[in-house]
Amino acid sequence: MRFVDEFRDPELIRSTAEEIARLVEPGRTYRLMEVCGGHTHAIYRFALADLLPASIELIHGPGCPVCVLPMGRVDDALSLTTRPDVILTTFGDVMRVPGCHGSPLEHRARGADIRMVYSPLDALRLAIENPEREVVFFAIGFETTAPSTALTLRQARARNVTNLSVFCNHVTIVPAIRAILDSPDMRLDGFIGPGHVSTVIGGRPYVFVAREFGKPLVVAGFEPLDLLQSIVMILRQLRDGRAEIENQYDRVVPWEGNGPALTAIADVFELRPYFEWRGLGFISQSALRIRDAYAAWDAERRFAMPGVRVTDPKAAQCGEVLKGVLKPSQCKLFGRECTPERPIGALMVSSEGACAAHYSYARRQDAVAAS
Amino acid sequence: MLTSLPHLGTEEAQTGRVVRFSDYQIEMAHGAGGMASRRLVEGLFAPLFGGTLLTPLTDAATLEIGGMRLAMTADGFVVRPLEFPGGSIGELAVNGTVNDLAVSGARPIGLLTTFVIEAGLPGAVLERTTRAVADAARRADVPILGGDTKVVEHGKADGLYITTSGLGVVDARVSLSAASVRPGDVILLSGPIGDHGITVLLARGDVDLDASLRSDTRSVWPMVKRLIAAAADGLRWMRDPTRGGVATSLNELARDASVGVVIFEDRVPMRAPVRGACELLGLDPLHIANEGQFLAVVSSERAESALAALRSVPGGEEAAIIGEIRDSPAKTLLCLAPYGTARLVDMLVGDPLPRIC
Repeated sequence: MRFVDEFRDPELIRSTAEEIARLVEPGRTYRLMEVCGGHTHAIYRFALADLLPASIELIHGPGCPVCVLPMGRVDDALSLTTRPDVILTTFGDVMRVPGCHGSPLEHRARGADIRMVYSPLDALRLAIENPEREVVFFAIGFETTAPSTALTLRQARARNVTNLSVFCNHVTIVPAIRAILDSPDMRLDGFIGPGHVSTVIGGRPYVFVAREFGKPLVVAGFEPLDLLQSIVMILRQLRDGRAEIENQYDRVVPWEGNGPALTAIADVFELRPYFEWRGLGFISQSALRIRDAYAAWDAERRFAMPGVRVTDPKAAQCGEVLKGVLKPSQCKLFGRECTPERPIGALMVSSEGACAAHYSYARRQDAVAAS
Repeated sequence: MLTSLPHLGTEEAQTGRVVRFSDYQIEMAHGAGGMASRRLVEGLFAPLFGGTLLTPLTDAATLEIGGMRLAMTADGFVVRPLEFPGGSIGELAVNGTVNDLAVSGARPIGLLTTFVIEAGLPGAVLERTTRAVADAARRADVPILGGDTKVVEHGKADGLYITTSGLGVVDARVSLSAASVRPGDVILLSGPIGDHGITVLLARGDVDLDASLRSDTRSVWPMVKRLIAAAADGLRWMRDPTRGGVATSLNELARDASVGVVIFEDRVPMRAPVRGACELLGLDPLHIANEGQFLAVVSSERAESALAALRSVPGGEEAAIIGEIRDSPAKTLLCLAPYGTARLVDMLVGDPLPRIC
């Protein structure tokens, strides 16, 4: 398969892993954060830690959209389904995320009309096909998915579809990276930069990571060779004492980003003054809301939502794990009360979540250690 | 799927311990063939119906009558849409039950089918489905001996549900059990995985993807028959990896046999459209349902002749040895990549959900 097989070539992977081993200086440890949940998933799926020296520690970052979504926002979305006319639509990623009284999947099993869609355009189609219903799209994701929501709203306006609205939970990645760099307990040597997000925003927004904080960041793809090569690039920077923004994923990511996508975002959305992130707390200008011009399609203005802040279950230490302060296995609930099948925190839900990834990986380590 | 339950009295009566099913409500995941399904069967049905938790759950129950070993199974079929490229609920209802018997080493000798029909189902759909049942039974060379019909109110069923019970005669040469599986044995797979699950996913029309794929629904008995002849006493265990996919079946094997199951990613046969759809949607092909494939564990001495036998059957050309049994890590399925990494593959948790954001 093109664009897949050449990035899983065993020979190249072996030689790249050897290069990493050569670049690592004895006695030095390297703490690298992969910002993006897609990278967390890929690292786990391809078991890349098997190919890395023990002195390289990969810290899972905040780039998993369902992980950073506060539970109260899930409850707000689910509260809409008590109205019989509402069809709530969302991505498969969200279906297992727990709210206070269960996940969307559990609500659906109890009779709520919740439908999984693959694109917000599917929600638009549902609205057109069901003119007597109110179709709400529960929008989540970083700049990766925000353009498709924006384009959908543009189409809804152009076609005068009035029974569609969007519950906007789009967030932006750069303020989260800054919050992590500002955090006093964070010791990081470099970043594996987001791949999909960067296809939209390009490389320029990360320049502050190098200029202000002196850390290397390499935008990376999602195949095994992409990730290994990006680690080589980070290690070379560290070896040479450089801190730069480099682009390993240049087959997809243009330095200037995707102009039409950025225009669509700017046309439909504006920055919220602040937004709550699970684990990271309130971060200013870190999320998008729908502009006044599209107010008619804004679910938050169209419906009364409880807007209650819900604190995470006390014993769950999702916040510390999200910031990389605690390893998933150091959380009191990890692998006991909280498992991928019965998740308490969102990080255990998504296959992009640090806990779900660690759960599988750590159990494999135990298994291999026992052998 | 049915459980093999020796009549030893219920676990409650034996142990005095009251069985409690602690899941708050039934979720779709309880029917998805993964961990929740297993919890339902092992934690509720098996203990209350008279089995013990030590009894491995198999695809069909076996009983001995007058020196003849019979296999019995029942399977319920719910699928949306009712018709999809390569088949319909009708073929599934025959082949699913036939395959449960086949992987128990049993030649199917008769089926009973029950139709639960939703009022409002177009007559033409029912006719096509009934024809599909009849044709599939003819192809599988098994008679339909009878059945039952119920009609429920409109809105109370997804058009049509079918349950099929099957009776088979266990081949005298086979003795299958997870307990007989030994380190060094090899794992055979009858052909490419994921065709059925991805075909149905795409046929639902929710994903805007086109692929030239057909469900793999078919009777695997012709292949099993040839395998039994070729592998004889070297044949240890078989399973058809339907819901939950190859990963779930092999995890069950690892647990039931207390062995390590290792598969080699690049040896698992898979068509390009299945692989492409899984890459795009963030699904693991090892978790995708199959309706015309089976897994077998065979002793290493018989591996080559078993593989040759499978490949000699029309439709078995792509059969492959995909892995092996090791003594450790026990109770675990590991998937080795050609570039030297090993990942643990769990049973399916809930339904496979695509990743988008």
